[in-house]
Amino acid sequence: MSCFLTNSSLGKKVVMSVSGAFLVLFILFHMSMNITAIISPEGYNMICEFLGANWYALAGTLVLALGVLVHIIYALILTINNYKARGNQRYAVTAKEPGVSWASKNMLVLGFIVVVGMGLHLYNFWAKMQLVELLGQHTNALGLSPKDGASLIQATFSCWGYVVVYLLWFVALWFHLTHGVWSMFQSMGWANNTWYPRLKCLANIVATVIFLGFAVVVLCYALGFVTVAA
Amino acid sequence: MNFTLKIWRQKDAKSKGEFKTYKVENISADTSFLEMLDILNNDLIHKNEEPVAFDHDCREGICGMCSLHIDGLAHGPGQAATTCQIYMRKFKDGATITIEPWRSAAFPVIKDLVVDRSAYDKILQAGGYTSVRTGSVPDAHCMPVSQADAEESMDAAACIGCGACAATCKNGSAMLFVAARVSSLAKLPQGRVEGARRAKAMVAKMDALGFGNCTNTGACQSECPKSISIAHIARLNREFLAAKLED
Repeated sequence: MSCFLTNSSLGKKVVMSVSGAFLVLFILFHMSMNITAIISPEGYNMICEFLGANWYALAGTLVLALGVLVHIIYALILTINNYKARGNQRYAVTAKEPGVSWASKNMLVLGFIVVVGMGLHLYNFWAKMQLVELLGQHTNALGLSPKDGASLIQATFSCWGYVVVYLLWFVALWFHLTHGVWSMFQSMGWANNTWYPRLKCLANIVATVIFLGFAVVVLCYALGFVTVAA
Repeated sequence: MNFTLKIWRQKDAKSKGEFKTYKVENISADTSFLEMLDILNNDLIHKNEEPVAFDHDCREGICGMCSLHIDGLAHGPGQAATTCQIYMRKFKDGATITIEPWRSAAFPVIKDLVVDRSAYDKILQAGGYTSVRTGSVPDAHCMPVSQADAEESMDAAACIGCGACAATCKNGSAMLFVAARVSSLAKLPQGRVEGARRAKAMVAKMDALGFGNCTNTGACQSECPKSISIAHIARLNREFLAAKLED
């Protein structure tokens, strides 16, 4: 019991599933928070103020960072194992097996895009909000208050380059989740032939809700449907 | 029909292999894939050349001996069929067909298209059996087994251990094979009693032999000549986790 999570192939998949489930729940929470920004920029700033550099927000950030790290480290360990298991000699000709999704075979690449996007996102937002507060400063690099999240969204997405990059990031996340969400149930053993269509449908719904929930905020600010009172 | 064949030739396990091109002509559309290789080998023998080594036995799709990765697919084009059950009418006249051995670290090439699949036997020896006394025929008849459980067990027991699942998996994972063995016994009362020990022992052996981790692509069930479902992999995951949590 003590170490099957680190030394057995099935145990490692359990860690991937549980950390993945945690990250999906976080993303759903993050998305709900973001949507507030299009309903009420003032309300969104209240959330930003509440989740500043308080101890509970910091503790949450650390747990989240741990979850991300575990998911990435295990993904790398599993991928290296799998690469070795494939052997040195590869097939000269490969064909697409019927019924196999593209996302399921490209989870590492999709995950890599998600991580790169996350790095950009941390630079765009976290470094200008929580980090500024942690350093005890009162304005960020854009001259805004670290608690003025709505203005920061507006400033960031006034640049079309960022809009395009963020939307591509959400597309990669959509693909990653269409496989990841149902795969999570399979790795835990909570699946059978009756439930596969339901679980895959659920995965598509979760992925699409998350994609739309994030994209709508970016587009509303980029297209000027929401403006923040100066 | 005429075909150009690009076949992997490798003298022995230690030699470096390479593709060689051969032509086969006047092949009837109703010739099986393996018969087509027999015709090629006959020509090669007449020319005093080394025939192509490939595994085969029953040629009825039930023994699990034939293999071959044909044009990028395990057991060639078409689903739910072994290589011996593939006929040349599946291919276009004049086509170039690439034939490779199974590629997986746990299945080393012995010669040409023949690979060593004894890793699957080792996994079976680790726990793919029942060691409890189950009595004789009248005792078995007295044990209530639902039709659904019997069907599921038999679907899993259809596994012929050909190795297509690990050979087609991008992770070189043997999960479908192990799952089929664990599942077929776990669904019957005689196998149920040793379910926990079996799942742990077979998974440990599978890992030790260097097979990869399942990432749920489903390529194995797509290429399995017996159409074994990944639902059995879900059952193996359940069996294994429940056993580990009881430790």
